[in-house]
Amino acid sequence: MPVKVMIPTPLRPYAGKRASAEFHASTVGEALGHLTTEFAELRKHLFTEEGKLRSFVNVYVNDEDIRYLAKENTPTKDGDTISIIPSIAGGRSSARLAHRQARV
Amino acid sequence: MADETTLWISGHLAEKIRAHGAETYPHECCGALLGRDSSEIGGSDPQAKESTPGREILALFPLVNRRDDSPRNRFSVTSEDVMAAEKNAREHGLEVVGWYHSHPDHPARPSEYDRDHAWPWYSYIIVSVQGGAPQEMTSWRLNDDRLEFSPEGIEIRHRAAV
Repeated sequence: MPVKVMIPTPLRPYAGKRASAEFHASTVGEALGHLTTEFAELRKHLFTEEGKLRSFVNVYVNDEDIRYLAKENTPTKDGDTISIIPSIAGGRSSARLAHRQARV
Repeated sequence: MADETTLWISGHLAEKIRAHGAETYPHECCGALLGRDSSEIGGSDPQAKESTPGREILALFPLVNRRDDSPRNRFSVTSEDVMAAEKNAREHGLEVVGWYHSHPDHPARPSEYDRDHAWPWYSYIIVSVQGGAPQEMTSWRLNDDRLEFSPEGIEIRHRAAV
């Protein structure tokens, strides 16, 4: 039985509108690698240009946050569920940068 | 996200967002926008499609700003809060379609920090709060390339929210 990766709603347009995908993988990193190989448009939303998971992308194996496990080296076994959970952040620019804040 | 999008909201809920911004001033407020999207992935409710042109906000899920180190110019919603918002939405037959926050003493324009931390697809409502009084309210969606936000029209729907 493969590992199941749950895809959050905002990313489904980049994953063939799918809510989940299944891969054979022995670590979280391997599963996410398969995911972003199959759905290449997902990559920029999950990873920085340096290839690190973005700070607002949270990954859980079953109910455990991988930050408290072995991060992307966290081992997975058949039947595990990997969930990608957003966190949300933002805020106004500092006063010093206010005049150039909008990039629209 | 090249096409211009529209976000529908009742006057009552729009006022609640403004009031939340005034309440937490000079700190930023934040919360989840719960509603329906007619372009919803796998949307199987034909009635929703017929009655909801585009995206409509039908409820709010106000949240506590977790950035207690810098609450005047930052807000943060943890993954646990996101899961709680999604659970609340499901219980009401809705989904999380976006997020709102305030910009105390700043315009209702997304900052670089907003853009850098944004997810695609979600609607991001920003309300400017000047000297404690809520002013302009705008909505934005991140472009597919993550380089810019596109403005989203806000339409006030004059009927009771669900």
